[in-house]
Amino acid sequence: MSFARRCQPLLDVLRDPTRMAILDLAAWDLLLRQAASAGLLSRLAVKAEALGLDGRLPGSVRPHLTAARSIAAKQRQAVRWEARRVAHALAGIDGPVLLLKGAAYAIADLPPAAGRLFSDIDILVPRAQLDQTEAALLLAGWHTQKQDAYDQRYYRQWMHELPPMTHIRRGTVLDVHHNLLPETARIPTHADPILAAAQALPDLPGLHIPAPTDLVLHSACHLFHEGEWGHGLRDLVDLDAMLRAFSTAPCFWTDLLARARTLNLGRPLYYAMDCCLRWLQTPIPQATLAGCPSPPPIWQRPMMRRLFDAGLASSHASCQGRWSGLAKQALYVRGHYLRMPWRLLLPHLLHQAGRRDREQD
Amino acid sequence: MKLGDLSLAQVRRRLADNELALRTGPFATRIHSPMPQVAEGLLRLYADFPLDSGEFSDFHVRVGSPTGLRRWLRPQINFWFDGHSPFKPLPANHAFALLEWGMNWCIAGHAHHYLMLHAAVLEMNGRAVVLPGDPGAGKSTLTAALMLSGWRLLSDEITLIDRDDGLLVGLARPVSLKNASIDVIRHAFPDAVIGAPAYDTHKGTVAHVRPSADSVARVGEKARPAWVIFPRWREGAEARLSPHSRADAFLHTASHAFNYSLLGSLGFDLNAGLMDACACHDFEYSRLDDALRMFAELAA
Repeated sequence: MSFARRCQPLLDVLRDPTRMAILDLAAWDLLLRQAASAGLLSRLAVKAEALGLDGRLPGSVRPHLTAARSIAAKQRQAVRWEARRVAHALAGIDGPVLLLKGAAYAIADLPPAAGRLFSDIDILVPRAQLDQTEAALLLAGWHTQKQDAYDQRYYRQWMHELPPMTHIRRGTVLDVHHNLLPETARIPTHADPILAAAQALPDLPGLHIPAPTDLVLHSACHLFHEGEWGHGLRDLVDLDAMLRAFSTAPCFWTDLLARARTLNLGRPLYYAMDCCLRWLQTPIPQATLAGCPSPPPIWQRPMMRRLFDAGLASSHASCQGRWSGLAKQALYVRGHYLRMPWRLLLPHLLHQAGRRDREQD
Repeated sequence: MKLGDLSLAQVRRRLADNELALRTGPFATRIHSPMPQVAEGLLRLYADFPLDSGEFSDFHVRVGSPTGLRRWLRPQINFWFDGHSPFKPLPANHAFALLEWGMNWCIAGHAHHYLMLHAAVLEMNGRAVVLPGDPGAGKSTLTAALMLSGWRLLSDEITLIDRDDGLLVGLARPVSLKNASIDVIRHAFPDAVIGAPAYDTHKGTVAHVRPSADSVARVGEKARPAWVIFPRWREGAEARLSPHSRADAFLHTASHAFNYSLLGSLGFDLNAGLMDACACHDFEYSRLDDALRMFAELAA
């Protein structure tokens, strides 16, 4: 059985939320668990309310959706508040400060924000302003967690972000990026066009969000270039929501492909569109997929599909198959492989393995 | 059908096959466990509780041995919530206590359709008393004693307030006693059914008291709050009820709640509604008899 087939109960209602009204209790028993472990229960709950379905759902299911909506509302309020704190702390920085991913969706009320769960806040600043940004955040109470010299060098020399910063009182975590991908990544990209095209947020002076095409490309590159698959399906749902909403603008698909070429992010965009089509039936024109820059060679495609499918299905036991563990390992290694060349990667993995051994002793 | 209608062998088989769903108030929990202690503890303490059809369960939990080499060295158990284990493994003889903690964790972490306070609740003559208690204040001892002398137990650990009507919702799950209070209750109520103690847990020795049959039978009846009482056991103290400011009671329950801030303004409204409906007191005592008499007068 394919991975998508195992996740069918969840996929059915993500594709068509009105189907929630016709499910029986036994179907809900599995659906609630698949949705919760994928981090998508609150999204379904918000959809159900927006469609006026709540009254037609079984009485024992409704409390779960009410609870999930409360969690989502609280997290959204918290992320908006935290973003305002960041804006306040960075008011004096030259050059734009961009909110990325979840924080951008929440602040600008973009389609993925409905019922989404949030974790860290991600921002992007011009590389030249990195020191200034870090100093300003430090003054406002964010500090980098305790890390050894190796970690500091790993982040500061090779990565596209500072080590995660934690607020000293609130415990919230902030990731400060200066690029979308590591300096050492196999695909070189650059952040200048994204900074230049950023859109200002009228009620938050100094804060910006990326242009719609750049939001899509960043989300695609986060999911399909890095090795983090814990929220894989949720991230794909973000992409689906953005593509559906943004594509009502004229020329969106042409602009998206052109932008992928400019930023050198055709490959992750190809994977994102291919998975959105197959998993969520996102209405992406065939011509757009066919015209995507730097697509993977045809012989690689079936293998990559199997790998990503395993990653997308990884959150709940009922979705996993015999090869899930192996596929997850492979995705992890792939994520690292894409991050840096072998001459840096091998010593890094050895160092991490040695550290794990020391911690266990 | 009640759990007590099954034999121990049947309970063990169902638990081992993941075919046992237990209803405790508003929640159905499907429990999967090969551990004999879990079967024995459930049958001893939950015999009056109805079994659920199992078609839909609010929580899917498992208590069993972690895999890995350690299990051959020192037997351990862990708790899984639908495949995720939120706790560190414990010594194997804490299996039943771990299930109880795990079930509390399920509710506290998920049932956000209620405001959940860290307090016990009991009811008498249609009026309910909420007992918030700091650790060591004697809340559970008093709760067990009140239940064993005729008060209806709604909950020992988690007070559920319905977001639609502000009424208190019952669970009627066993009362958890710690250390010296186990013998205090055993001595004062020789007929009380108490489960096998778990020694050397992070809370010391822990044992659970079986809820009264009346509490279990009427678990579906919501209760109207009438008092918020902060109990405090102090050696040699005369039983004494004294006024406690409502504002302070509000702040105390809010800061010890499981999801007060998560619910935002709804949490404020529900907690304020509770305080509006209640008289708030401090209650100091040393002897259970005095305490029971004073609560009987209160409810008369």
